[in-house]
Amino acid sequence: METTEQIRDRLLARFPGATVTLVTNPGPAAEHSLLLGAAHAHAIALFLRDDPALQLDYCSNATGVDWPDKEIIDVKKLTVPDPAGGAPKIVEEKTKRMDPGYLEAVYHLYSMALRHGPVIIRLRTTNRSDQVTLPSLTPVWRSCDFQEREIFDLYGIVFEGHRDLRRILMWDEFKDYPMRKDYVDPDDYEWEPTPHAEVLDRAKQHYPTPPPAAQPPDGPSVASAKEGKP
Amino acid sequence: MSDPQSTPAPLPGDRPGQTPAGQQAGTVQPFPAAGNISDAEREELRRHGILLTSLEELYNWGRTNSIWPLQFGLACCAIEMIAAATARFDIARFGAEIFRPSPRQADLMIVSGTVTKKMAPQVVRLWNQMPEPKYCIAMGACAISGGPFKQGYNVLKGIDRFIPVDIYIPGCPPRPEALLNGLMELQKQIRAETLSGPAQGRHLRPEMPSEFPVPEYGAHDLQPPKNPEVWKPTAPLSRPTKA
Amino acid sequence: MSVSDLSSFTPASGPTVRAVKDPFHGDLLEVSMGPQHPSTHGVFRMVVTLDGEIVVKLKPVFGYLHRNHEKIAENTSYLGSMPYTDRLDYLCSMSTNWAYALAVEKLSGQAVPDRAQYLRVILAELTRLVNHSCLVGFLFNDLGTSFTPLLYAFREREKILDLFESLSGSRMMCNFQRFGGCRVDPSPEWLAAASQLVNNFPRFLDEYEMMLTGNEIMLARTQGIGVLDAKKAVNAGLTGPVLRASGYNYDIRKVDGYGFYPRFDFRVPLGAHGDTYDRYMMRVLEMRESVKILQQAFRDLPAGPVMDPKAKIRGFRPKPGEAYGRIESPKGELGFYLISDGSPNPYRYRVRPPSLINLTLLEEMCLGHTIADSVVILGSIDIVLGEVDR
Repeated sequence: METTEQIRDRLLARFPGATVTLVTNPGPAAEHSLLLGAAHAHAIALFLRDDPALQLDYCSNATGVDWPDKEIIDVKKLTVPDPAGGAPKIVEEKTKRMDPGYLEAVYHLYSMALRHGPVIIRLRTTNRSDQVTLPSLTPVWRSCDFQEREIFDLYGIVFEGHRDLRRILMWDEFKDYPMRKDYVDPDDYEWEPTPHAEVLDRAKQHYPTPPPAAQPPDGPSVASAKEGKP
Repeated sequence: MSDPQSTPAPLPGDRPGQTPAGQQAGTVQPFPAAGNISDAEREELRRHGILLTSLEELYNWGRTNSIWPLQFGLACCAIEMIAAATARFDIARFGAEIFRPSPRQADLMIVSGTVTKKMAPQVVRLWNQMPEPKYCIAMGACAISGGPFKQGYNVLKGIDRFIPVDIYIPGCPPRPEALLNGLMELQKQIRAETLSGPAQGRHLRPEMPSEFPVPEYGAHDLQPPKNPEVWKPTAPLSRPTKA
Repeated sequence: MSVSDLSSFTPASGPTVRAVKDPFHGDLLEVSMGPQHPSTHGVFRMVVTLDGEIVVKLKPVFGYLHRNHEKIAENTSYLGSMPYTDRLDYLCSMSTNWAYALAVEKLSGQAVPDRAQYLRVILAELTRLVNHSCLVGFLFNDLGTSFTPLLYAFREREKILDLFESLSGSRMMCNFQRFGGCRVDPSPEWLAAASQLVNNFPRFLDEYEMMLTGNEIMLARTQGIGVLDAKKAVNAGLTGPVLRASGYNYDIRKVDGYGFYPRFDFRVPLGAHGDTYDRYMMRVLEMRESVKILQQAFRDLPAGPVMDPKAKIRGFRPKPGEAYGRIESPKGELGFYLISDGSPNPYRYRVRPPSLINLTLLEEMCLGHTIADSVVILGSIDIVLGEVDR
């Protein structure tokens, strides 16, 4: 099979106006992926499916990933000469900038006919709040049907061109997108005997003042309660 | 035939040391119809082919040995429930092998698996559709408290937030033997129910509700998230402070 | 009715059964099957529209067992998710474990010793025996032979579960695979017992087939029912025995050659018609091939460690990156997609569930058949709700 770079070059030659970027995977798996612009995504997907050398006829996995807004602190080291004449000091200058977040849909494509793969394509939304529309690839690969519905349900990406975009796992009245990193689930904290870590934080949130103990150490024991009052 | 007395009156025939060998010592089994006849005499009569019993005893005997569960599997535990019904464990030995697909014909609901928030209204509705007397077994950690999935946003933290549970079987999943043990515990509980008095069965008491409000799907959670009439959690236990 | 007409259809939110007025075809009846239904294999729901007893529309409804597996796994360490994978496909915990271990090993670049690779093949194929024999039992339940074939299947299942229990400590939820190997080394007695069980298994299969395969009712109820076109199946991402029953040769054991599968000599059974009967036969034939693989594995099992000595159990932090690992689980392609950001928890953890995606074409398979057949077609696809909804 061609390498991801070769596929990218061919795509750029075939679709001159399209944006196709290589996203490298630094891990040992080294499965690099192609980031497609939303405008040409549908046409490129059709091309990938029908191209005789690739024949990526099988979309195995489609999933969403949430990348929230990140605050990035750039550290610049400046060497400031000491006015007193000593050794020059190194001063760190910190600048903060916001890296805008986005939602991502990842598709793993294989070829059943030629038995190769995977080719990974990614689509990204502009932001996480109001511009969350991506073209649906369900018309190209039917297997994305339920998976894109699931991404819509859990991440809130709206797929244009999907024939039946409804919530799939949660109920229709549900408002949140629970797989997003900033999802806060409803406060139905239940007391646990040994709260720790996050559970302890939630316990403190739930009970600002600790409730009175049910059984003080010198209270009636279970055995005496059973016997009843004499 | 309600009995205003708070404790069952000692029966004339109930003398210590006269319980037959087969019967467990210490369990109080009042037989109002047996009158003055002691258990030993009853046993003697039985050997001669005369069976003396009470309506209550007959009623409980019949109910105990034909508990028909609802054929209702939720998750992993359902497979162990099926395994309990197959040849090796054979729940038929306890008269509970007739799994009814309809709640209208079932006596026992085995909540076998994780109850999600999406499923909870249906479980409550099924419980409401079952006729009295009905019993509920929470099988497995998930049905008891949410179990390993407790932190999930769509997982109900125990079915006892909406319906009353008679027997809890811990385990993830409980073995089929554990389910059989739970069933035997339930049988014990049914056998101890009386037609009148304080130990009267739940279904005979008019003040006990038989149906419970079905929660509705809300924007973030179930509405209401729990039924405070049913769910009375124990307040946090505090460790004794060191003196 | 073509597929494109169905987009406007939304499931009923009112009473369970209601009549839908249709000026051309008379009254259609909309029935909600499930989530509590004896033959939907769990809390699966189908909203079926019937013309008489012929299915004209069928919409699957999911989510009644959505246990937030992925969200919980993103808040847990890599190894902490291993017990949860048991509960995905609760009939085949051993192979689900393997799929997850495979993905993490791909993510972190870990090696697996030879003995562990063989052991994984043994356990995955034993799981396939359990899954397929139970599936056939459930399928016959759906056909109306209440419980009898299932009793035979569960008899064999108990024997295999006893082996799993003595090896891992738990009957169903084995939690056995680790990143870089397996948890414990089986004793020679265990291997002997397992080998004996495998050698006796064809006798059970013969008995099973004698009872079921030529059965007249079985033939009448399954042949030509729910025919699936291979081209459509590929486009819809169907995998596993369901795809191969349509005659399309795609088995990840052969294609990817993961584990030590290239070392084994086995064939991939293929169907010719893609109907329910072929899907049943796929399971039986695959069990016979699994027995062949198991016999070779017991013969060739090398000595050595079952765990990579360099494997890290505590403080396991893979380098940033991502990986998609997949195996041929008894139900189809089971994949795990992991993104690591260098922390002890996965940044993204995704399960590619074969059960869910194999249901994509359920509606097309059922259209034009009776409602009783739709139950059988669903049974022949082989779903486990823990995996469908996760």
